[in-house]
Amino acid sequence: MEKNSVGLVETKYFNFDELILDCGVTIAPVTIAYETYGKLNSEKDNAVLIEHALTGDAHAAGEHKDEEKSGWWDTMIGPGKAFDTEKYFIVCSNVIGGCKGSTGPSSINPKTKKPYALDFPVITIADMVRAQKKLIDYLGIKKLLSVVGGSMGGMQVLQWITSNPTSVASLIPIATTVKHSPQQIAFSEVGRQAVMSDPDWRDGNYYGVSFPTSGLSVARMIGHITYMSDISMAEKFGRRSKENKPVFKFDPNFEVEGYLKYRGENFVKRFDANSYLYITKALDLFDLAGNKKLHQVFNGLKAKLLILSFKSDWLYPSYQSKEIVKACKLAGVDATYCEIFSTYGHDAFLLEIEEETHLIKYFLERVTKSKM
Amino acid sequence: MTYPAYKIIAGWVDEKSSVLDLGCGDGDLLALIVKNKNVKARGIEISEQAIYRCVAKGISVVHENIENGLNGYADKSFDYVILHNTFQEIKKPAVVLDEALRVGKKVIIGFPNFANFRSRFQIFFNGRVPVTFSMPFQWYNTPNLHFLSIFDFTDYCREKKIKIEKSAFLGKSGKVKFLPNLFAEMGIFVISKE
Repeated sequence: MEKNSVGLVETKYFNFDELILDCGVTIAPVTIAYETYGKLNSEKDNAVLIEHALTGDAHAAGEHKDEEKSGWWDTMIGPGKAFDTEKYFIVCSNVIGGCKGSTGPSSINPKTKKPYALDFPVITIADMVRAQKKLIDYLGIKKLLSVVGGSMGGMQVLQWITSNPTSVASLIPIATTVKHSPQQIAFSEVGRQAVMSDPDWRDGNYYGVSFPTSGLSVARMIGHITYMSDISMAEKFGRRSKENKPVFKFDPNFEVEGYLKYRGENFVKRFDANSYLYITKALDLFDLAGNKKLHQVFNGLKAKLLILSFKSDWLYPSYQSKEIVKACKLAGVDATYCEIFSTYGHDAFLLEIEEETHLIKYFLERVTKSKM
Repeated sequence: MTYPAYKIIAGWVDEKSSVLDLGCGDGDLLALIVKNKNVKARGIEISEQAIYRCVAKGISVVHENIENGLNGYADKSFDYVILHNTFQEIKKPAVVLDEALRVGKKVIIGFPNFANFRSRFQIFFNGRVPVTFSMPFQWYNTPNLHFLSIFDFTDYCREKKIKIEKSAFLGKSGKVKFLPNLFAEMGIFVISKE
């Protein structure tokens, strides 16, 4: 185990009676999977909520028994790290609609005693936050010191502004946007079509029968391309060939092909295809301001913002973060913005640890101080 | 001369006012004003490395180019907009100054005085572009795009009906009271426009 790890952790489950969704449908009962690291202080004002991205889960840091891999943001959470567990109480929960312990399309529908599949209602980013707020209330936290996340996690961070603006002292949206561009929707849609065109998808009713393995793995392959950059791919793979000669003429010749195939095949082992459809739809539907002007959403917001983007991120380009910055300026909201130099593309928010740590550490110190 | 200039600027700013520093660098000037006057401070800075140093000082800073960084701010949304030692480095100083006067109730502006006697001597006797205390660069590596004197600036203010409310002049060893366009290395002004 790494020196500054939070150590062995377990996923916990919070159950509540019902959740009324944006679409008007109520789901009942609801389970939210979550993990916590560090200690909640007696004033209950040192809590930081971590929001995961599209395919993430509640296991953000530390290690699970009998598992080799540590949490998805282990490099950022732990003693002395950006989210210092000696100072802060860290909470991370799996989104509603997910497949990592929170209620989603693969959960059992109490009415039919079968998995929901496509009977699961359409969920939104606001629904995800609605469920998180219940968890935060249950944990006895009145005001979060910060809410932080990258990509879809960043959308949830921004959603707190309209859902619960007075329950947050600060917000850290990373590599994200207030609404998807047509290009982003297009990539989501190709992913969904790949899943749905797999005969094993069976209109979503594949549970216990089959699994749209090839469709979901193609969706993941497309995703991975958009998470990297031209430069990061060239550095990682070049045009190098695989060692094993292809058996079939369209088997992978190049390392990049093998890598994508591997990533796709691995992904289907850990992720539900219907969850992928529901969550990518939630991403596309997200529109923080709706009919309003964006700065109107930020008017009167007391929370401080730290907005981060990455130079080579072409999936969530910096101009989308700058729109948030501009809205903060117009609304007079305290916002710090940095476009971090990186060649990693969208993946940078999981990889540029040193820069993110520096910015987040000092930012959280300032937020903690100004609260006193 | 950096610190004396900072002290003058910090002295001019009102207690608990709001301040936007354009091209705030490492955030030292803003940190000093926050310490002395408890102001609401914001910075804009183009260098990523400088952003890290600002954040470490607890300064709220936006990473962008001031040439287009002001269009987000509402009219008169700051008590002071500071343009210290950046004015001569921007591509369109007139545009940025207009914007600064729109966003700030007052603008504090400081720049090296090109007509300082040392510069005059160097051009006149050496026949070479001057390298001075306040402009310590060679012609090929200077960040300065525009060269102006104190007279150039006061002429400009008169022409554009910009009101000069306060001024201070600094030489190599302190304040300059006599013939500033000749003896000062740097001019600092508080200006405003209705």
